[in-house]
Amino acid sequence: MSSIVEQPNANEAHHAHHPAKGFKRWLYTTNHKDIGSLYLIFSLTMFLIGGGMAMVIRAELFQPGLQLVDPHFFNQMTTVHGLIMVFGAVMPAFTGLANWMIPLMIGAPDMALPRMNNWSFWILPFAFLILLASLFMPGGGPAFGWTFYAPLSTTYSNDNTAMFVFAVHIMGISSIMGAINVIVTIVNLRAPGMTWMKLPLFVWTWLITAFLLIAVMPVLAGAVTMVLTDKYFATSFFDAAGGGDPVMFQHIFWFFGHPEVYIMILPAFGIISTIVPTFSRKRLFGYASMVYATSSIALLSFIVWAHHMFTTGMPVAGELFFMYATMLISVPTGVKVFNWVATMWKGSITFEVPMLFSIAFIVLFTLGGFSGLMLAITPADFQYHDTYFVVAHFHYVLVTGAVFSIMAGAYYWLPKWTGNMFNITLAKWHFWLSLVSVNVLFFPMHFVGLAGMPRRIPDYALQFADFNAIISIGGFAFGLSQLLFVAVVIKCARGGDKVPAKVWEGAEGLEWEVDSPAPYHTFSTPPVIK
Amino acid sequence: MTHAPLLKRLVLICIGMFAFAFALVPLYDVFCDVTGLNGKPSLEQAERSTQIVQDREIGVSFTTHAQAGAPFVVKSKEYSVTVKPGAMREVMFSAKNSSDLDKVMQAVPSVSPGKAAKYLHKIACFCFDQQPLKAGEELEFKLLFYVDTALPSDIEELTLSYTVFDISEQLVASNN
Repeated sequence: MSSIVEQPNANEAHHAHHPAKGFKRWLYTTNHKDIGSLYLIFSLTMFLIGGGMAMVIRAELFQPGLQLVDPHFFNQMTTVHGLIMVFGAVMPAFTGLANWMIPLMIGAPDMALPRMNNWSFWILPFAFLILLASLFMPGGGPAFGWTFYAPLSTTYSNDNTAMFVFAVHIMGISSIMGAINVIVTIVNLRAPGMTWMKLPLFVWTWLITAFLLIAVMPVLAGAVTMVLTDKYFATSFFDAAGGGDPVMFQHIFWFFGHPEVYIMILPAFGIISTIVPTFSRKRLFGYASMVYATSSIALLSFIVWAHHMFTTGMPVAGELFFMYATMLISVPTGVKVFNWVATMWKGSITFEVPMLFSIAFIVLFTLGGFSGLMLAITPADFQYHDTYFVVAHFHYVLVTGAVFSIMAGAYYWLPKWTGNMFNITLAKWHFWLSLVSVNVLFFPMHFVGLAGMPRRIPDYALQFADFNAIISIGGFAFGLSQLLFVAVVIKCARGGDKVPAKVWEGAEGLEWEVDSPAPYHTFSTPPVIK
Repeated sequence: MTHAPLLKRLVLICIGMFAFAFALVPLYDVFCDVTGLNGKPSLEQAERSTQIVQDREIGVSFTTHAQAGAPFVVKSKEYSVTVKPGAMREVMFSAKNSSDLDKVMQAVPSVSPGKAAKYLHKIACFCFDQQPLKAGEELEFKLLFYVDTALPSDIEELTLSYTVFDISEQLVASNN
């Protein structure tokens, strides 16, 4: 007796609803798989654009002195690189994976609110069009850092602030609609018998992420609105001359900003918790503790924001509170890392490409977590603050953390999406080149940071020259390696060895019960979970 | 299954959190006022002191600077003074409008270390009011203050800093 009632031939009946042809199919689509693909393609495009900006940054920093771009343009590159990678690459990639996989994993026919789903994707390209277009306006685009601290974004910015605020509003609305959709889908559309503690971990982590999103994206919207009114409508939220306070900007921003970094990593935890058991051929160690650990990380993320602001002149009591609260987060995070290791322990491990990325994630994300712990130590942070040490830290957690998990997920589910196995040789080249170059790129940043090289500068003291040349070479190599990923994805979408429904022998979950490629409509009648 | 009830709740959370971002503004001020954090001293006239601690001396220094672009030169006549807690002390400041336009000046005080802010009481201060200065005019202002007798014993020196702002344009804007 199969646990799944829907058989492959049952899907034939739904093939009457073929997708429309051409561009209109994508414009009008309400299908979660189409929208998932759109999100993922959009995210990959943004990843390449943001990566191009990183290449400009690394080319300028290849040697000391000013060679290629003027400092103002350099500042625009660091700013827009950050904004694009956070809001354009990482977040839409996770939303894309959520759209594709959550309905398949919980046995739902689609997302709960399909038309809103269409909207939440299609406003996104306009947000980034506005943001990118602002680079071409007189005086240039945003150059105040992705954190847009007042008064840099109010008093000292040109009219790009208006474009920036508008773009962030649209991105925020898109994320909020996406998050609401995820919550409603998970709460209301689980297949009969899919109890809370049977939810796949990717679904759990996304549910918690979605709650973080609806809690903090409105706060970001509030912050950018205050920046807008300060600049154009004579309010003084952040202007001391009118009774405001620029430090308050940082409090409001980081009240959003810290949960935001967990928004970018919790779904990654879900992906790794899905892949590691598959290729270890064991059940995930400590499922329940994973759920509770994710929830505690999410809750703690609301009371640690001021660890980004130790040098603003906080009272010692405040600094100590935020230091200890921050360090507390390493407990649930440690639970997760140990659970992944325990899952692999005595497992029959094979090293398929998704597993390679996952293992790299576990090692390198943990490394990024450790440098985060160092930064959490208040007295030490006074040395590290605003240096390349911080840059090294957040690139370890975001590139070798979030981005590696997205790539692991993409390789894991790509055969399910396309019905074809990707070119494994090419994918392994992509992995090994990325792994080596990403460490050449980001590891020496720790050293130059500890030695005092400040972040967000186009020029630097001569003693940092050699390390920066090495970092830049790593950067170019990492950037070029990602073109291999694009090649693998395109080749896989075009053709390749056909794969069965259950692509990976050790995989578990409803998504492996449907055909490969996943039919346009799945689970029109809900499966019954044992 | 109807999604409306859950949807309604989630949208309400979003609207609530948007409002919360704005609520943080007064909350932040209240929090700083109550705790005296952030070096935000009171802008209200304080009560006169009633007692003096004779066996303790506190160094109080003054520093002023004008916000970028504000055409004011403000200086205290004395760089620093030594006071006994509870004893009232008068310090004179001179302020000059160095532009050839009539301006309105607002001084915003700040106390360092931050936790000393609520122990520095001002009875008279030019920062209580907006100060109009005609083009090129120089005026003298009085600061009358005392340090609270309850000042924590680990603080031996404190600095009162004034940042002066040109609020002429904001005044015009709000009058319109």
